Amino acid sequence: MGKILNQRTVIAVLVIFALVFPLIYADNRYVLHVMTIGFIFAISVYGMNLIAGFTGQLSLAHAGFFAIGAYTLGILTTRNEMNFWLALLLAVLLTSAAGLVLGLIALRTKEHFFAIYTLIVGYLIYLLIDKWDGLTGGVRGLIGIPIPDPIGPLTFESATSMYYLVLAFLLLSIFISVRIVRSLTGRTYIAIRNSEELAQTLGINTRINKLVSFVISVAYAGLAGALYASLTRFIGPDVASTNMVFNFLMYLIVGGIGTLSGPLVGTMLFIWLEQFLRSYQEYHLLIFGPILVLMVIFFPTGIVGGFYKIKAKLQHKKLPKESKYFNPVPEKSTEK
Amino acid sequence: MLKLTDVTVRFGAFEALTKVNIEVKEGELVVLLGANGAGKSTIFNAISGLYKPAAGEIEFIGKRVNGYSPDRMVKEGTSQCPEGKKLFPDMTVQQNLMMGGFVHRRHKDQLKTSLEEVYELFPILREKKEHAAGSLSGGQQQMVAIGRALMARPKLIMMDEPSIGLAPLIVEQMFSIIRKINESGTTVLLAEQNANAALKIADRGYVIENGSVVLQGSSKELFHNDAIRQAYIGA
Repeated sequence: MGKILNQRTVIAVLVIFALVFPLIYADNRYVLHVMTIGFIFAISVYGMNLIAGFTGQLSLAHAGFFAIGAYTLGILTTRNEMNFWLALLLAVLLTSAAGLVLGLIALRTKEHFFAIYTLIVGYLIYLLIDKWDGLTGGVRGLIGIPIPDPIGPLTFESATSMYYLVLAFLLLSIFISVRIVRSLTGRTYIAIRNSEELAQTLGINTRINKLVSFVISVAYAGLAGALYASLTRFIGPDVASTNMVFNFLMYLIVGGIGTLSGPLVGTMLFIWLEQFLRSYQEYHLLIFGPILVLMVIFFPTGIVGGFYKIKAKLQHKKLPKESKYFNPVPEKSTEK
Repeated sequence: MLKLTDVTVRFGAFEALTKVNIEVKEGELVVLLGANGAGKSTIFNAISGLYKPAAGEIEFIGKRVNGYSPDRMVKEGTSQCPEGKKLFPDMTVQQNLMMGGFVHRRHKDQLKTSLEEVYELFPILREKKEHAAGSLSGGQQQMVAIGRALMARPKLIMMDEPSIGLAPLIVEQMFSIIRKINESGTTVLLAEQNANAALKIADRGYVIENGSVVLQGSSKELFHNDAIRQAYIGA
């Protein structure tokens, strides 16, 4: 059974499933749309996971950066009628630049101060978007954001084509995340998460490493935001709201913070749960709240982390006691 | 090699170190003796750049290094093995060791040699290299901590209470390995409460109390000093 369920097989099955999914639901725009939104949010959650899960710095500004990406794309494509792809690139770059500047200041604070500071940064971005009528359209939002320009024969008019476009970006995002986490850079981030002082005494410049991790994570948010704007064609200040960032955090914690598949698992689970529980309106939070509390107490690394722990226990492997995280795959490729 | 002149460290109004003078010559094995909270770790952290001295001078290989950042100090050639064998529990033994070689990350061949040397010094770690570091026994974790500090190929290695929490037999092994590390050319600065074991391998020692050096001398002198025998050796 271990052989059948090995990682490669699971990943291959999931990718194939994602690829054929639109063929099964070809005439169901709603299902495709929900999946696409889920993928977009997952990209953003992967970004959060890099800084919060692997580097140990809980950033709550990610909805703000998501919004910067969304509005950059929205403004450039509607007002300036810029080419979508160029606007997408600029959206990611501008978000990263904003992350660099705000990160330089934010990363002078530590632990819960960093969380509070970034929460405030996120809120300030929301206020800026809400009040700066001339640029952002204020509460009215931005309408008429165009769909992606065609690349040669490829057009993005149908729900299916958007689905594939976003899926491609999601796979790219996951791939980059995996490469980072399994490299020395990733272990440097994990070292900082374990103990900043210890990391420093090993010769790691923690300030630069945290900043780079923060900027990369923010770039993810910017990319997700830009894709979101182009998918929904309309954005309002709500995309920067604190609700949004706490949703991301919930997906991350329940899926598995500090794990590589957690962001996808958590996001897709909640995106569909929200759909099924929609008829209960706000009362769905009555279900989500307790789930979250129970998860944090009993499975601090979420569904994915819990799965690995149970698996390790069944194989009678010893687990480290000092840490809630457990990196189940020692990467052999980088070590000889 | 290392010279601390009137080093004072303050945390707010609290003076943790008062005018500490310590000198370590190249190739020596020097021990700092002192009870919990005497200031041994603070001295280490001041040298490694984690704490900035409020006053005084720190000199390392002829250079004034006051206010150097911790990562810069590692590049200068110091390496710290912190108290309580602080490892990265989510990483495997080998990943922990490789983190110690962070400053040499671009020299893959050298890292390989260093790793090989560590495994020769601690053969058990080779067997356990794929295990999560947090799942090892106390003695093995201490070996990983020392091995990790050696991976930086330091000129000066600082070990903070390597014997703490270990069984007597393991302590003996640990100290003979520390001696071996010193004999192979690395200068060692050791902080210990176990004066008996430490003075047996050290060349010289300093006794730290309440953030000041109260006594210094060769190991022999200290070993036969009545005050020390009463306070630390218990005979």
